[in-house]
Order: sequence, then structure tokens, then C-alpha cells
Amino acid sequence: MHPPRLKGEVSPLSSPAETAAPIVDATRDAMVAAIRTTLGSAVVDTLVKPGDDIWVRVTTESWRASIQALKDTHSFDYFCFLSAIDWMPSPYGRGEDDPSEPAPVRDTVIRPGYTGGDTRMQMLVRLVNSVTHLGINIKADVPNGSFTIDSICTVFAGANWHEREAHEMFGIGFTGHPDLRNMYLPIDFEGYPMRKDFPLLARMVKPWPGIVDVEPLPGGTDDEKDGANEDGVKVEGAS
Amino acid sequence: MTILNDPVSAKLGNRQQLSYIASQAADARLNVELETEGMTLNIGPQHPATHGTLRIIARLDGEQVVWAEPSCGYMHRGYEKLTEVRTFPQVTSLINRIDWLGSFANEVPFILAAEKLMNVEAPPRAQWIRTILFELSRIANVSLFLGDLGVQMGAITPVFLAFRDREYVLNLIESATGGRFHPNFDRIGGLKDDLPAGWIDETKVVMKKLRNFCDEIETLLFGNEIFQSRTRGIGVIPRDVALQYGLSGANLRASGVDWDLRRDQTIPLAYDKVDFKVWTHPDGDSFARCWIRLQETREATKIVDQLLDGIPSGPVMAKVPKIIKVPEGEAWVSTENPLGEMGYYVVSRGDLGPFRVKIRSASFNNISITPWLLRGVYVPDIITILASLYFILGDIDR
Repeated sequence: MHPPRLKGEVSPLSSPAETAAPIVDATRDAMVAAIRTTLGSAVVDTLVKPGDDIWVRVTTESWRASIQALKDTHSFDYFCFLSAIDWMPSPYGRGEDDPSEPAPVRDTVIRPGYTGGDTRMQMLVRLVNSVTHLGINIKADVPNGSFTIDSICTVFAGANWHEREAHEMFGIGFTGHPDLRNMYLPIDFEGYPMRKDFPLLARMVKPWPGIVDVEPLPGGTDDEKDGANEDGVKVEGAS
Repeated sequence: MTILNDPVSAKLGNRQQLSYIASQAADARLNVELETEGMTLNIGPQHPATHGTLRIIARLDGEQVVWAEPSCGYMHRGYEKLTEVRTFPQVTSLINRIDWLGSFANEVPFILAAEKLMNVEAPPRAQWIRTILFELSRIANVSLFLGDLGVQMGAITPVFLAFRDREYVLNLIESATGGRFHPNFDRIGGLKDDLPAGWIDETKVVMKKLRNFCDEIETLLFGNEIFQSRTRGIGVIPRDVALQYGLSGANLRASGVDWDLRRDQTIPLAYDKVDFKVWTHPDGDSFARCWIRLQETREATKIVDQLLDGIPSGPVMAKVPKIIKVPEGEAWVSTENPLGEMGYYVVSRGDLGPFRVKIRSASFNNISITPWLLRGVYVPDIITILASLYFILGDIDR
């Protein structure tokens, strides 16, 4: 059942610069300009990656109104998903610390991603225009402390479950949501698992086996530069 | 008379309008008769009709559902959290367990998102093989759906046909990747390996078998009077509701939305090199959803055939560092998976592993419409509607 495999012939490949996306994206630029006009001062920041995607950050207060306006005015009528991002760096890293060693010092500075952010938690919604198939990522800050933002259930009925998920995983409150019951976790579960300060308990109970069973990473500092190994095909063994 | 002037019903076609009016009438009748106590029916979490551990709690009035709510979480594995403690190459072994029937297709959008952030593109041969394996996963996944569909309605034969013919596809996937269900074959920058010798001819033979299977299912099931009467006009989803709930894949196209991510987005896969038809159906009922999937399986076999004919030579792996560090940034990539749109929103901090991965799975959105959809239907229709929406539990809970 397993015939011998053919080895792919390896030839030098084009550099990423040659295949890079075009610098100008007229459609997305025009869309962002139109959105700025419609939403006015509600827009905090925008970002267009040419040939890729649009990011728009709106103010917390205008969250629901902005999404309603984007749906009504710009026909972003397809609700793709809603979620949140916790921008705080995890105090536990990847959970691979040796418990017998002193805890390493980690970065605690909250650095937001595209279009910036002033708070730890950020909402992220993706909408798509079902005719032009142009997508848009909308972000909004969730105030520290209260972690509460307006629900968009009334705009997109499909946001209902996504908000329930964000509520139980990130502890974000949604004003106006009809029913914020847990979807996955037991009713009496304490804590919000997707927050970065919630430890991954599996790694806490039993230390990562990689700590005791250390294998040197393939290749030293030299190999990291030139990439493919001798047969030029398998280069994935890094983990 | 108010029902006839209803704005939603005005937009629907003739057949749909009738069923919509019928459901509105049923609603009105329910409201009058609601004084009776009613009964709560629990379906699952262990039930053959629920494809895994989905539990449905339905409140009934006689034979009609007044309120229904699926209860998820029996298979929540926390993949979004787990990806944060994995390196980028390790993540694929987790995520191909999301939709376990079409697992190779789960790996592709994540790898594409990582490649987008790294500004790496897989060589053409790798892109073509990816596309072929992607479509094979679709065939393996959807052929089981087509067989299972019969079981939901009491017809046993189709499922045996489906298991028989899916086996050919799984054997192909196994001989190319080494894994029947969890290939873990996609790599950042290309693929783990090239295709084995003789694979292309073997695949062409299997694609013919699968087309025969589609014909068999069509005559056995889709022409069956019982099947038609149990699916036609049942579980109608209008276009605007489908969009609002973020339905995707065949469920969206069955509501008349002509949108297929294989055709309608620029993505480094070989779909722009092949000629295929995107099927849509105006009815939006259970029958339409099943019919679209049948046609899509046929199209998928044709896509595979075309790709096999034109597969370019060359390497299957681009030049990427051994230790993969993905540059800082955010990327969204979604593909048209067997169950619908599957996407990954990947946030990287220039580290070995992702900072945050949002997994947008198709079934979560597809099943979130059920509280709306099941209201007013009869108990046996719950099963057919859920079957036609087609979900994989791992794809809901993640």
C-alpha cells in the first residue's frame, strides 16, 4: 500500500520580495475613506494591508452603532465571527518552565496589535460584504476593570453565541445580551480560561516533559540562516 | 392577512412563501394553545442522530417544538488556549482534530495564515498537492454525510455505500500522507513530502468510483419519495437570516447566496487553475442543503481530476528556516472547508508560538441558528434539519 516516494527536485526559489503583494489597494483604500466619512469621530484608527485586509478600530461607546452603520451603509451583511483578544503577555510563558528553577523574568508591558489599543482586552469582529466579498476586521477597546461593552445581538442575531463564548472565556460583559449562560464550562466554574493570567492547568499539574527530556534543537545558529537541510525537503523538525 | 404582507415572506419564492406562512400559522396556534404544560424532551448527549455529543433540549407542545436549544461543550478541548503554548509547526497536529472527517482541510488555513505573516509562499507543486488533498478531504467528509443522511430517515443502505467508497479516499490520503484521519502533512512553506509513485493514476480511478457513488446516492436517496417529503420545505432558512447568523458553505449556498471562498478570494491554492461550478439553490430548505452537498462532491471529484492532469513539477517545500519564528503581525485566512468557512485569526508576537489564535469554525455558526430554526417544527423534523445542517461536534466545540 505504500509505494516508494518520489523525492521532489530542489531548485532555488524566488525570494519573498518578488512575490510581494501590490503596494496600492484602491478598493480597500476607498472603502476605508468611505467608512471614515460614515462613522466620523467614532473611528480611532484604521489600517489597510494592500491586497489583504482592513482593520478599523472604533470607540467603545460607538461599538454597536458603528457595526450597525457598517451593516446598513456599507452592506457588511455577513457576520463572520466575534471574539476578544487579551493583549497582556502571559505570566506563565508557554508553560515550559522548570519548577525547580527560579521563575524567569517576563515582559509585562501590554502592547496592542494593529490599529493600537489602550486597554488590556479588545473586541474583534469580522464582517464581510456578501456581494463584493470584501472583509473588514473591527476592533474596540473593552474598559479595564468593568470589562463591559455593548452587545451586538440586535444587529447580528448570530453574535449571540459568540458573545456567550467571549463572556465565559474572557469574562467580558455584554450589555443588552439576552442570555449570557456558559456554553462550554460548568455553571460554577471560576475564572476565565482564555485570559492570559489564567494558567493552563495541564502544564501546572505535570511539568512539560521537554524539561527533563531535552533534545538539542536541530542546527545551531548557522543552520538557522540557510534553511533547508541536506535533502532540502524536510525542514520542520524545529520542535 | 398580515402574514401575507409580512416583509420577510414577500421576499421568498412561491414554495418557500407557503412553508413560511405555514410556520407562522403554527406559531400563532402555539401561542393560543400555550396554556398546556408542555413537555421537555432531551435528545443526547449520547444519541445516534446527534453526530457526537450534542445535546438538544426541546420543549414540546404535543408534537411541535416550542423552544429548542442545543447544549454544547461536551467535547470542548480548549484548542485556542492550547495553541498559545505550542510552536507554529506543532499547532497543525492539534487543529486537524477540529473537524476530524476532513482533517487535512483544517491545517491549510492556519498554515496559509502563518505563511502570510512570514511572507513565504509554497512552491506551485505544493500548492497543487495541497489543493488536491483539500478536495479529497472534502470528498471523504461529504460522502459520509450523504450516507448518513439516509440513516437519519431510516434508510440503512446509503451508509454502507458511503463507508465503502470513503475508504478508497482515505486509502489515498493515507498513502500520500501516512495518516488516515490526521495527516498532519502541511508545513509552513510547503508539504512534508512529495506524492508517492503511482498515486495520480490510482486517484483517477477512485474519482470515477466516487462519481458512481454520487449517482447511486442520487437515485437511491434524492429521488426517493419519502426522502423528498421529509426534507422539502422543512427547515427553511431565508437568505438574510443565513447571512446574519454567519452560515457558510453549502448551508449558505442552499439559501441562494452565490459565494464560495474557493472562487471568490485570492488565495495561494490552485483553485484559479481549474474550472468548476459553484452550485446554489433558491429554496433554503433541508433538501436544498443536501442537494448542494451532493453536487459539491461531484464538483470536487472533477476538480481533483483537472488538478491531477496539470500538476507542475518542482520542489514541495520552500526555503524556510529550521526554527520557525513568525514575524509580529495579525493575519486572517479562511478557506472553504467541507463544513463551510473555516478561518484562523492569528496574532504573532515574533515568537516561536502564536500569541493568540481565534479559530472560526463553520459548525459553530451553522448550529447557532438552531434555536431560531427549530421553533415550530415537528419532532421527527428535528433530526432531518440537524442532519441537513451537517455539523461535526469537534468543529462546534473546538
